[in-house]
Amino acid sequence: MVASRAVGSLSRFTASRMLRCPGYICRSFTRSSALLTRTHINYGVKGDVAVIRINSPNSKVNTLGQEVHSEFIEVMNEVWSSNQIRSAVLISSKPGCFIAGADLNMLTACTTSQEVTQISQEAQRMFEKVEKSTKPIVAAINGSCLGGGLEVGVPAAFDMMLTGRGIRADRAKKMGLVDQLVEPLGPGIKPPEERTIEYLEEVAITFAKGLADKKISPKRDKGLVETFYLTELTSYAMSIPFVRQQIYKKVEEKVRKQTKGLYPAPLKIIDVVKTGIEQGSDAGYLSESQKFGELAMTKESKALMGLYRGQTLCKKNKFGAPQKEVKQLAILGAGLMGAGIAQVSVDKGLQTILKDATLAALGRGQQQVFRGLNDKVKKKALTSFERDTFFSNLTGQLDYQGFEKADMVIEAVFEDLSLKHKVLKEVEAVIPDHCVFASNTSALPINEIAAASKRPEKVIGMHYFSPVDKMQLLEIITTQKTSKDTTASAVEVGLKQGKVIIVVKDGPGFYTTRCLAPMMSEVIRILQEGVGPKKLDSLTTSFGFPVGAATLVDEVGVDVAKHVAENLGNVFGERFAGGSLEVLKQMISKGFLGRKSGKGFYIYQEGVKSKNLNSDIDSILASLKMPSQPDVSSDEDIQYRLVTRFVNEAVLCLQEGVLATPTEGDIGAVFGLGFPPSLGGPFRFVDLYGAQKIVDRLRKYEAAYGKQFTPCQLLVDHASSPNKKFYQ
Amino acid sequence: MTWVTGWPLYGLTSAVKAKSKQTLAKPNMRNIVVVDGVRTPFLLSGTSYKDLMPHDLARAALSGLLHRTSVPKDVVDYIIFGTVIQEVKTSNVAREAALGAGFSDKTPAHTVTMACISSNQAMTTAVGLIASGQCDVVVAGGVELMSDVPIRHSRKMRKMMLDLSKAKTLGQRLSLVSKFRLNFLSPELPAVAEFSTNETMGHSADRLAAAFAISRLEQDEYALRSHSLAKKAQGEGLLSDVVPFKVPGKDTVTQDNGIRPSSLEQMAKLKPAFIKPYGTVTAANSSFLTDGASAVLILAEEKALAMGYKPKAYLRDFVYVSQDPKDQLLLGPTYATPKVLEKAGLTMNDIDAFEFHEAFSGQILANLKAMDSDWFAQNYMGRKTKVGSPPLEKFNIWGGSLSLGHPFGATGCRLVMATANRLQKEGGQYGLVAACAAGGQGHAMIVEAYPK
Repeated sequence: MVASRAVGSLSRFTASRMLRCPGYICRSFTRSSALLTRTHINYGVKGDVAVIRINSPNSKVNTLGQEVHSEFIEVMNEVWSSNQIRSAVLISSKPGCFIAGADLNMLTACTTSQEVTQISQEAQRMFEKVEKSTKPIVAAINGSCLGGGLEVGVPAAFDMMLTGRGIRADRAKKMGLVDQLVEPLGPGIKPPEERTIEYLEEVAITFAKGLADKKISPKRDKGLVETFYLTELTSYAMSIPFVRQQIYKKVEEKVRKQTKGLYPAPLKIIDVVKTGIEQGSDAGYLSESQKFGELAMTKESKALMGLYRGQTLCKKNKFGAPQKEVKQLAILGAGLMGAGIAQVSVDKGLQTILKDATLAALGRGQQQVFRGLNDKVKKKALTSFERDTFFSNLTGQLDYQGFEKADMVIEAVFEDLSLKHKVLKEVEAVIPDHCVFASNTSALPINEIAAASKRPEKVIGMHYFSPVDKMQLLEIITTQKTSKDTTASAVEVGLKQGKVIIVVKDGPGFYTTRCLAPMMSEVIRILQEGVGPKKLDSLTTSFGFPVGAATLVDEVGVDVAKHVAENLGNVFGERFAGGSLEVLKQMISKGFLGRKSGKGFYIYQEGVKSKNLNSDIDSILASLKMPSQPDVSSDEDIQYRLVTRFVNEAVLCLQEGVLATPTEGDIGAVFGLGFPPSLGGPFRFVDLYGAQKIVDRLRKYEAAYGKQFTPCQLLVDHASSPNKKFYQ
Repeated sequence: MTWVTGWPLYGLTSAVKAKSKQTLAKPNMRNIVVVDGVRTPFLLSGTSYKDLMPHDLARAALSGLLHRTSVPKDVVDYIIFGTVIQEVKTSNVAREAALGAGFSDKTPAHTVTMACISSNQAMTTAVGLIASGQCDVVVAGGVELMSDVPIRHSRKMRKMMLDLSKAKTLGQRLSLVSKFRLNFLSPELPAVAEFSTNETMGHSADRLAAAFAISRLEQDEYALRSHSLAKKAQGEGLLSDVVPFKVPGKDTVTQDNGIRPSSLEQMAKLKPAFIKPYGTVTAANSSFLTDGASAVLILAEEKALAMGYKPKAYLRDFVYVSQDPKDQLLLGPTYATPKVLEKAGLTMNDIDAFEFHEAFSGQILANLKAMDSDWFAQNYMGRKTKVGSPPLEKFNIWGGSLSLGHPFGATGCRLVMATANRLQKEGGQYGLVAACAAGGQGHAMIVEAYPK
C-alpha cells in the first residue's frame, strides 16, 4: 500500500469502520501503564475495550509522521499484550479529521529516496500490524481520512489508488470501504461536534465489544486485492493468470491514456500491486516502499507538493479582516461571467443582486445559476431544498433597487472602457460610501477604469476565470490608490467563494492575461507556419497543458483574444509580436468566434462530442502563411517556443513587481491558465528545469525570430548564478 | 362573570398551592371556553377503519360531538378540521364531513394542515375567530386515516395521461403512447421523509436521542410507562372523550386498540427501526400509524352560558414555534413551553396537568432533558436559564400518543380534552399542552379549568 496518496474526504458524514480480525485473546507477558502520556497518541480502557485517541498537538489535523508511527506501535503493543483488553477503538480527538495523510514536511525533509523508502517501510509495518491484529480494532473515522490515514482505517481499493479522488462517506459505505456510517448529531447536552465524537466512540465501542464477543461478524474477510471487487466471480477470475495479465494490460493502457505519461506514480502503483499479487505480499510491500522512495524524489513530486503548499498559502487573507463584512453583493451584467460569479456567491450565503439591461439577458443569467445548482442536485451534492434556499439568495433585476445596501459591486459588463466608466458613474450615484467597486476585466487597466471614480480607493480588479464555478483562480488587481481595506474585502469575498487568490499590481493584462498573450501570439504564428490545429493541440496537451492551444483560443473566444492581443500589442510592442492579428480579424469577420458561435478552429455542435476541424479556416491560414524555419520547428521546439515565451513573461512580471511572490505566479499560471501542473508553474519549472537551459532556448529562438524571445534580466541573472532559485 | 365568585371557592377546595395568577382572563378580551370534546376510538391503521374514507371518520367524531353536547346544528357558525395526508377527493374534509353529519349547509367549513399540530391549529383558528368577534360557536377537530393513503402514478405517467386527454388525433395519441416506458408505472408514495432534509422522522428522533445521550433502556421504560398508564386510565374509564363508533359492515368500536403494555425484556428484543443496526428507536418506543378523528366544541363564554352549558375549560394563551428541521425537528415543546408560560405569566410550578404529544420515547425524553438544561437554554434558545422539566407525576398520566395512538391530524384535540378532563378530575387549575410537528414546528397552549 502506498502511503502518500490523497484519497478521500469523508466530510459530510462520520464513518465507523470495522477491520477484519481473527479475534482471539492474546496472552500477555507484561502490563504497562496506560497512563503514560505520549505526544500524539494516548489510550484509555473502557471495560475491555481500549480507546486509542490520536491528537497531534498544536495542529488542526493529524498527519502520519515518524513520532506518530512509533507511538502508535508502542500503544498497539500494549493493547495486544494486555489481558484486560479484548478489542480496541481507534479515534481522533480532532473534530472533522481522522488522519489527513502523510506529513509533507517529513517527506520534503528527505534528501534521498532511501530515506523515504525507510519511512514508507515503517508506515507499512504499522499498517501491517493493524491489519494482522489479533484483537478486533474498530477505526472510528470522523471527517477527512486521507492517504495513509485511510490505510490505518481501511485497506485501499485499486480505483482509488490510481486517481486519488475524494469519496463521500455514503459512497465509501457502498464501496465497502467502511462498514457503518454514523450521522452527525445536532445540539443536545453538548456542542454538536463534541457530542458527535463521543457518540461515534460509543457506537464504535459497542461494535468492538460485539466483534470480540463474536456477536457481530465483519462482512468482509477477503484480502486486500479481493476487497476491491467483491463478487465471487471476479475473485475466481482473478485466480487465472491469463485473466490477471489482461486486467493489468487494460489498466495500464487506460492510465497511460489519461496521464499521457506525465505522471509517473499511477504506473508504479500498478507495478506494485502486480508484484504483490504475483510474488506475494512481502515482495509487494518491499517493491512499494522502494517505488515510493523513488517517486518522492521525482521532479513531478516536488512540483505537486509545491503547488499544494502554494494553494494553501493562497487560501489565506494576508490583508486581515475587512472593516465591514460583505453581506450584500451586486453583480452588473448577467453574462457568462456575471452569472458564474453569482453562482459561486449564492451558495455561500451571500445575498446577491444580478443586474442586466434586458429581461432576456437577465433570464439567461438566472437560468445559468439555476442550472449550476441543479446539476449539483443531480449529482446528489445538494438537496433540492438546499438548491432552492441558495437560489433564493439571488435577486434578478433591471434597475438599481437595493444597491443602496450593497457592500460590494462587481461589474462584469462588456470589455469597453467607456461602458465601464458609464456604469461606474451610475453605480456610484446609488451605492453607500463603504461599498467596494470591483471590475471583472481581463485586460483593461484598473487605474484607467478608476479614473472615472469619485473614490478610487474603493476601486479594485477582480479577475475571474471562465467557467467561474470550475476555475479555482481569482486574480485580484490593486492600483496605487486602492486601499488596504478594499483589498482585504475583495480577498475575503473571493475566499468565501472558494477561490484560490493571487493579488497582483495593476498594469496592462495584469499577470495572467499578460503571460497568456505572448504564448497566444506564438500559437497564431505556429498555425500560420502550417501546423494544423489538431497537431498543435496534441503537442500542447502532451506537454501537460490540460487544454490544447488551438482549442483554448476557441474557448476564450476569438474576439476576446483579438481584443487582448490588440490592446497589449499596442502597449508592449515587439515583445508581443509573432503571429499576425489579421488571422483573428478575418476569423471574426466570418463569424468564427470560437465555441460560443459554434465555429472557430473547430466546429461545435450541440450533442456532438467529437470535434471536427473547421475547414474554412484553411483558406485564411493559407492566405496569411508564414515561412517556417526548420531548425526551430521540431515538435519539441514548437512546445518550447510556447512555454518559454510564457515563462519569460511570467518572470518579467516578478521582475517588474506586478507579482509579489513566485508562489503566486505559479498558482496563477496553473489554476488560471492551465500551465502544466506536473511542472509546478513557470517559476518552479525554471528551478527544476534550469534557468540556463531556458535562456539557451530563448536565445536560439531570438536568433530566428527576434526580440519577442529576448530573455528578461531576472531570468538571465538566474541563469548566470546557478545557486539562485525562486524557491530556496 | 362566574369566575369572579368561583375562584376563591376553588382556591379553598383545591389542594394546590397558590398560583402566580388567579386566572388568565384578560380585560377587554372575550373568554373562550371548551364545552366538551370527543374522539372516535384511535385504532391501529389497517384494522376496523381500513375500508373507510377520512370524511367518514371525521363525520363520526362530529356526530359524537353533536350527541354529547346536544348543540343545535344551526347554531354552529363555523367548522374547522385539521388533517395531514389529504385524500384528494375530499381535500376540504371538514366540509364533506359536516355535510354528511347533518350540519346546516349554511355553515362554512375549512381544513387546515400543520403536520402533527393540525388540529391544534384548527382549535386556535377557532379561538381567533371567536376572540375577534367574527363567530360565537365553532367546532374544531381533526382526522387522519393512515389505512389508506393516496398513492400516485409517477410524474411521467401522469404527464402522459394528461397529454393523452388533450390529444385530438389518433396519430397524436399513438405518438404519446409510444413514449411509454415500463418505469412510468412505478408508483409515488406519500413522503415519509421531511421534504426539506429528506430525513425520516424516526431517523431524526434517533439522532436526537443520541444527541441527548438517551439510552435504549430509558426509551423502552418510558414507552412502557405510557402503555401502562393508558391501560390503567382505560380500565378506570378515564378516557371519557372516546365515543363508540358503529363502523358500517363491522362491529361497533368502543375503545382504543393500540394500548399494549409489554415487558422490558420483550421490548429489548426488537431491532432498531431506523438507524440500523445500532440505533435506539424501535417500533415499541415509537408512536404507531393510527386512524382516528376528534372534535371539540368551542364557544365564547357568554354564549355558552346563555345556552345553558357548563364549560369544561378555558382556552388561554398559545404559541407556535419553529426551528431547524434537521437537528431540532422534534424539539418544539422545549421551545414552546417557556414561551407560552412567559406569555401567560405563569411558571412551571403553576401547571397541574401536562399533556405532551409523544411522537417517540426518545423525543419526549430529549425534550425533558433539553428543558432541564441551562446550557441548551443559553446556547440555543437565547434564554438565561432553563425552564425546568415537568414533574412526571403530572405528566401524561393517562397515557399518550405512544400508547393511545397518534392520528396526525386528530391528536391536538385529544391533548386538549385530556388536559381539561384531568383538571376537572384532579381539581387542578392550569394545564399545559405541547406538541412537536414535522417541519421543525411546535405548539403550546395553556388550558385553564372552568371553575366548578
